[in-house]
Amino acid sequence: MNLFNIIQRLGEVSTSDLLKLPNVEHLSKETRSSGKVSASSFSNVSAISDVLNFALKLEYLESAFYTQGVSSGVIPAADIAIFQQIKKHENAHVAFLQSTITSLGATPITSPNFDFTAAGAFNPFTVYGDFLALSQAFEDTGVRAYKGQAGNLITDNTVLTAALQIHSVEARHASEVRRLRNKNGMDASAKGWISGNSRGTLPAATQAIYNGEDNTTQGTVNVTTVTNVGTAAIQEAFDEPLTDTMVLSIVQPFIV
Amino acid sequence: MNEKEQKKNVMHQPIDRLGFLKMSGVALASTAIILAGCKKKSSPQPEPEPTPVTPSNVVDLGSGDIGVLNYAYALEQLEAAFYTQVMATPFSGMTAQETQILGDLKLHEIAHRDFLKAALGTSAIIGLTPNFGSINFTSRASVLGTAKAFEDLGVSAYNGAGKLFVDPNFLLIAGKIVSVEARHASAIRDLLNPNSADFAGDDVVSVSQGLDVARTPAQVLAIAGTYITNQIDASHLPTN
Repeated sequence: MNLFNIIQRLGEVSTSDLLKLPNVEHLSKETRSSGKVSASSFSNVSAISDVLNFALKLEYLESAFYTQGVSSGVIPAADIAIFQQIKKHENAHVAFLQSTITSLGATPITSPNFDFTAAGAFNPFTVYGDFLALSQAFEDTGVRAYKGQAGNLITDNTVLTAALQIHSVEARHASEVRRLRNKNGMDASAKGWISGNSRGTLPAATQAIYNGEDNTTQGTVNVTTVTNVGTAAIQEAFDEPLTDTMVLSIVQPFIV
Repeated sequence: MNEKEQKKNVMHQPIDRLGFLKMSGVALASTAIILAGCKKKSSPQPEPEPTPVTPSNVVDLGSGDIGVLNYAYALEQLEAAFYTQVMATPFSGMTAQETQILGDLKLHEIAHRDFLKAALGTSAIIGLTPNFGSINFTSRASVLGTAKAFEDLGVSAYNGAGKLFVDPNFLLIAGKIVSVEARHASAIRDLLNPNSADFAGDDVVSVSQGLDVARTPAQVLAIAGTYITNQIDASHLPTN
């Protein structure tokens, strides 16, 4: 159970198998054929801009959601400063990603059209509880989405660092919204961090956002065997990634 | 190929990577021998030095991915020790909400610390000795102010360290930890200024780009070092 076990295991299992990230697989194939990773190779740049366009799609969704939410009147005055701040960040992320994608020589995707009722399942702009529920769902998904893509950006230090800098902002948002739902009496179990694989009082349709968050093995270390801290706190202490495929299936009901 | 490309190339060649890490181990061992040698040399002529640079108080984080993991381990040690003290001597009037949050943070940071120590195995640095002399543990403002500083610092440290990893598996694990640190920072900031924009305030998230802070190890250790008795040597860490 140490670093060298991890390293040895890496020698036996391919990186992409361990990470289960489609784009790493793509990179690895390129690497295997050429024998090296070149930061300037076309497919590498393409892979990076693909990741950024994937992120841009999520940021379009969040930006549109908070823009409508803040102007809808559904948010009480006591909470409005929170969502004005989140809206400001999501708008900035859209602009930043668009400009970064363009600077890589690729084309930013245009914004999809969104239906935040998910065909009538939610009323986020008239029912505050629905707004908060979707906000938590989108923020927790965003954290997992960026985390899942970090490995695909490892060859570009600048882009990787920027993605991490967005990732932690989404986590700040997620924590605030989760705690706000608790304060507003919508989920007495909700903390700023994710407990086990619990969606709390969110509808069952959101469970995919929390599946796998109860993981207690990091690398090859079963953390329950190396600490006196209990399983619940270990699960809270590590957030888990999602693949791009999983993320897109989670947000699909809101894209028309 | 530049150095970065060579580094990244290594991750796709298991045998080379093993060699790379073995080399790191050799470098670490050599450093220890050199330091031990220094100690022997200077011992016949003891001189009064206020902060002597000896192996007993200099902690070399090492190089490569191991060095970066040791850097994280050092910060998690600091956070775990802080919250352990906070919960051992709670400030007067700590609310149920504050007790729950600070108690959770203590457990999370201990889990991070113990995990990193186990993952590093024999490459792990020693247990550090904190210096919390500047913190008033009986004061809510001092405790929450320090918690805010530590959590924001942790976020910026992991954000800045991500690019230093060669192995994407370590990058992923760092990513799993940093978002929890950001969740902590948000909660502490909201305790200090509830329902305001401060959970992700303009002081840490750039207004124009919406980016959180990223700091280099040197920048982080300049701040964290004031809370650690040991001297941390980060000079062998990768820089890109």
